[in-house]
Amino acid sequence: VRQRIFLFHVGIEKLCPSAVVRFAAILTLLTATLPAFAALGEAASSVQVDQAHMQGVLRVTQTQAYTVHAIQAATGTVVREYVSSSGKVFAVAWQGPWPPDMRQILAGFFEPYQQAVRAQTHFRGRQPLRIEQPGFVVHSGGHMRSFAGHAYIPEMLPQGVTPEEIR
Amino acid sequence: MKRLHAIPILATFATLLSVTGCGGGGGSHVNVNTVAASGSNIQPVTVNAGPAGNYANGAFTSVTVCVPGTSTCQTIDGVLVDTGSSGLRLLSSALTVTLPQQKASDGNPVVECLPFVSGYTWGPLQAADIQISGEKASTVPVQILSDTDFPVPLACSDQGSSQDTLTALGANGVLGVGNFAQDCGAACVTTGASNPGLYYECPSSGCVVVAESLSQQVPNPVALFPADNNGVILEIPAVTAPQASVSGSLVFGIGTQSDNALNQAVVYTLNANGNFTTSYNNQTYDQSFLDSGSNALYFLSSSATGIPLCPDATFFYCPSTTQNLSATNQGLNGASSEVEFSVANADSLFNDNAAAFVFGELAGPNSLAGFDWGLPFFFGRNVFTAIEGKSTPGGTGPYWAY
Repeated sequence: VRQRIFLFHVGIEKLCPSAVVRFAAILTLLTATLPAFAALGEAASSVQVDQAHMQGVLRVTQTQAYTVHAIQAATGTVVREYVSSSGKVFAVAWQGPWPPDMRQILAGFFEPYQQAVRAQTHFRGRQPLRIEQPGFVVHSGGHMRSFAGHAYIPEMLPQGVTPEEIR
Repeated sequence: MKRLHAIPILATFATLLSVTGCGGGGGSHVNVNTVAASGSNIQPVTVNAGPAGNYANGAFTSVTVCVPGTSTCQTIDGVLVDTGSSGLRLLSSALTVTLPQQKASDGNPVVECLPFVSGYTWGPLQAADIQISGEKASTVPVQILSDTDFPVPLACSDQGSSQDTLTALGANGVLGVGNFAQDCGAACVTTGASNPGLYYECPSSGCVVVAESLSQQVPNPVALFPADNNGVILEIPAVTAPQASVSGSLVFGIGTQSDNALNQAVVYTLNANGNFTTSYNNQTYDQSFLDSGSNALYFLSSSATGIPLCPDATFFYCPSTTQNLSATNQGLNGASSEVEFSVANADSLFNDNAAAFVFGELAGPNSLAGFDWGLPFFFGRNVFTAIEGKSTPGGTGPYWAY
């Protein structure tokens, strides 16, 4: 059973070329298909289902700007989802001995992620991964038995939240 | 005339030495090390463009693989020396000798999906006798990289992009001589959710994740040498300016021969994930690591360092003038030392030195995963990588020493 951990149910296969159109599409799709994430109860239950499937430990912490749902999988890798006060997941981060399933974590952003990674084949060597598109950012790094990374939607970062704290 | 010419040469040496002695003094940081030249445990390494012709800061060597127990062998060059991973992986497209397929107890072929930061390697495990310098490891599982021998499962391709071609890998293979004895270790011996899913059995009906015993996993081949099996030293001379090529040595064993003693090197022990800490600007980053397989010094972000990213080579930093910086590495054992390093403008390095592939001052961002001390860290330093569980005169691995 493939388990959905994270909540970018945007359902778009490709990001639109225009940031404005993309942002509008994200908002529309989130609104249209994800009423659940406007409700804290639904988001929390979804996370608990994920927790059960990952046989992991869930921990919820809250700051003024967002709530963090952290699931430690049985493999030791911890995945954190950052939920804004409106109930939307605006970022995910991971850390542990092995990378998480990127398709699960990125959901609708997975295909653009794949395309961006493949576009970096002429890269002059092995290095951390860095994708910075107008509506979608991914950074990851590490080595065998130690991986860390994050993905976020810049437009959705709550005011005062910096990318550095998403980890 | 010869005597007269010797004076400016000596003066140049004296200048270089004095720069080293005062730790940079406003110029580039230059380290001085002695590179062991030859011996039964010494394998030549070259930092150059590699077999793809475009690699920056890649340390390449050659590896001989043989059908186990026979003299049917092939020497493959252009194999990347990687202290950040464990295990030998070779492109199927570079392999001409036919090695026996590793099979599970039910007779099905064993295939591996190994995640790297920017993607994955996929392909069958095959057995080889591995010869490097005078060292030999017998009947070793090796991953043969190919997207076509067995179809790539979705769970593997979801890790990113395939590294199974010369274009993507930039090398004919990867020689992982890191701190771990196997690539996966205990996690892949388990069943269920705790297994990260690296090893597959692939019957004709399709590939499924399986548990794999430690002895059947892809090992660090050094750990299987009869002697000189507790680690390696990567020895590359200092790089004072961009150049096309630099020669160094990969030395096997730590304190097992007269040519691989620790001498004055300081031991820094690691946590279970193979990291130590680096402190910079009063902040401590506990997921920091040495990695000859990273092609630059990767650390922090542009906003954290105040160094702009390059307009062209956006993976790298582009300060308007070369920045001389320092950080402190600390092992779990408390041992610490200051590291001085320089960050040059990468666009200028590349554009002004089109024929160069060795850059001591190449650096870029690494927003999340601590300090990734890539190959430039190794220039001018003899860096010891001790394997987990192996005893050495500096204690039991895993550790780094320099």
